[in-house]
Amino acid sequence: MRHVISLLIENESGALSRVSGLFSARGYNIESLTVAPTEDFSMSRMTIVTTGSDEIIEQITKQLNKLVEVVKVVDISEAAHIERELMLVKVRATGKDREEIKRTADIFRARIIDVTDASYVVELTGNQGKLDAFIGAIDPALILETVRSGVCGIGRGDRVLKV
Amino acid sequence: MVLSGAEIVIRCLQEEKVEYVFGYPGGAVLFLYDALFQQDKVRHVLVRHEQAAVHAADGFARSTEKVGVAMVTSGPGATNAVTGIATAYCDSIPMVIISGQVPVAAIGQDAFQEVDTVGITRPCVKHNFLVKDVRDIAATMKKAFHLARTGRPGPVLVDIPKDVSMQRCEYEYPKEISMRSYNPVTKGHSGQIKKAVQLLLEAKRPMIYTGGGVVLSNAAEPLTKLTRLLGYPITNTLMGLGGYPSSDRQFLGMPGMHGTFEANMAMHYSDVLLAVGARFDDRVIGNPAHFAEEPRKIIHVDIDPSSISKRVRVDTPIVGDVKEVLEEMIRQLESGEARPNPEALAAWWKQIEQWRDRKCMVYKNSDEIIKPQFVIQKLWEVTGGDAIITSDVGQHQMWAAQYYGFDKPRRWLNSGGLGTMGVGMPYAMGAKLANPDVPVACVTGEASIQMNIQELSTCKQFRLPIKICNLNNRYLGMVRQWQELFHGGRYSESYMDSLPDFARLAEAYGHVGIRVDRPADVEGALREAFTTHRNELVFLDFQIDQTENVYPMVQGGKGLTEMILSAEDL
Repeated sequence: MRHVISLLIENESGALSRVSGLFSARGYNIESLTVAPTEDFSMSRMTIVTTGSDEIIEQITKQLNKLVEVVKVVDISEAAHIERELMLVKVRATGKDREEIKRTADIFRARIIDVTDASYVVELTGNQGKLDAFIGAIDPALILETVRSGVCGIGRGDRVLKV
Repeated sequence: MVLSGAEIVIRCLQEEKVEYVFGYPGGAVLFLYDALFQQDKVRHVLVRHEQAAVHAADGFARSTEKVGVAMVTSGPGATNAVTGIATAYCDSIPMVIISGQVPVAAIGQDAFQEVDTVGITRPCVKHNFLVKDVRDIAATMKKAFHLARTGRPGPVLVDIPKDVSMQRCEYEYPKEISMRSYNPVTKGHSGQIKKAVQLLLEAKRPMIYTGGGVVLSNAAEPLTKLTRLLGYPITNTLMGLGGYPSSDRQFLGMPGMHGTFEANMAMHYSDVLLAVGARFDDRVIGNPAHFAEEPRKIIHVDIDPSSISKRVRVDTPIVGDVKEVLEEMIRQLESGEARPNPEALAAWWKQIEQWRDRKCMVYKNSDEIIKPQFVIQKLWEVTGGDAIITSDVGQHQMWAAQYYGFDKPRRWLNSGGLGTMGVGMPYAMGAKLANPDVPVACVTGEASIQMNIQELSTCKQFRLPIKICNLNNRYLGMVRQWQELFHGGRYSESYMDSLPDFARLAEAYGHVGIRVDRPADVEGALREAFTTHRNELVFLDFQIDQTENVYPMVQGGKGLTEMILSAEDL
């Protein structure tokens, strides 16, 4: 099962390697991991997408909680939540492809944020499925480069992850 | 008061009432050693190898309830310390390790004697720090001791660059420390404890299984009281020996790979299992799938939530300090009317006595050749069963655990989790410094002892009259045993050739050395060591039966009920 784990961690050097080291040492999967400071600069928020049985996910949350610098851990995928990912795609855009890519980007509500004679950079946010679908809709031969941020997640409604 | 970083470190050690620092100087810790030199409260024990410094500090901690402290230099000093740190981590021993680091500006420049100590030790410490500002030293030291001794204890490393130890700042030791990210639970959930007591009272085939957590939380007394109150059978793991008096009738011996038949059968066929400060590891329950085949309710008391439901599914988890939880259980039991079902308990004990009648610990003694079990039994007799026994890792470790009955906690020091050969003598050094009035013996083998034999020199310098009982079988005994049983008797590289004359080697270091070849001389040699040479280190080199194996045995991957009781079962 796929899970999205959010955590708050002290914003100290080495904090990220404690988390990533834990996953590799214990053989847990990381599908994606994002991290950045929160509005309180002394803390970072991390979103980790992982897969595993219920027992493994239970161990992952317990082991994360055990790290001295981890302040709070929540499996946000346990209840209603929102996931978003940012993707930038550089595509070859010449001739009739220019119009076609523009149309596809509009359909996906993506934005073109860089234009040259021969290329576009398309910016797209959404859940992983939407981003995958956009890639699927474009001729692979036209894709020069893609970069994805990994998933950010937040609980819906009253669910708040805060100290 | 303005002090240098190095002076602050030593002040902090004084504040923490540290009596001994085990260590080895070097370039990056010169200021620290200079500060040590200029005071007389904290004493330094100069070892001959950094690994032994950490083991000795670890042994000091295991034999007391204090935090062990070691100090090493950067680079090779730190890497040599890693085995010691990992050993302490696996057994949750409270320790603070101070390591020197190259100056801040040189970090990352591949400087002389530079390694990423914080990176290397990260997976084998409870936590570690790199202190880049002299103003952070005092608070970091306070945090280090706090982290090491609270919650599930463990080693904490503080890495201090040379220039930081030289810089000066205003010093004040914080009285309190609070960390928003670290608040271990100590008091168990009272509702869960109530459920557990209920479950225990309804049990027909109860069993109590306890581990190192009981020793670490100083809970032997409430554990003994609770066990006697209930009248239930109990087993202590290798790390938990001494948690309950082994001479008591309710004690079934050690469980697991080399545990007793009765302990393993009772673990397996119990209907309610109370696990306290133990972690169901592979050497204790064998194959977890086989263990899960028999339905039973499990109550698990542990201070570390991640230990619960890690290898087996637990029905009633209780997160908290073992001592506090056991005391609460006793309170609830004593204030209630309910008592265990006497008929069911009598029937269960009858079954257990049948298992016990198999006498799985009986071995065939000999007049010709020294049997290792016999040496341990004699060691027990000569020391009145009240010495601190340290061991290395292998067959001798199992024999010591099986045949030296421990009635008190903190009397048995060994590397249970990591299984580190070479810990025995340093553990004995730390234990002897911490307990000068208690006899200390290191049970070892000719292979393990050679992994830290240089410490004979440290023992001479610091006059540590430990007794080394070398069960010398000229083999890496446990490797040889597995090769005999599971690898067609192909003894690949397990033969110990070109051994030194250990008695003369000990003499060369200025100690007493005695070689013992005949069973009839075992007791006399031991008595000589513990009486005539009470105040000297004695190296007893027992030439034991080369072919003796450790039984009973549960083969790796097998279940607890699939035991080999003796060579006849093969």
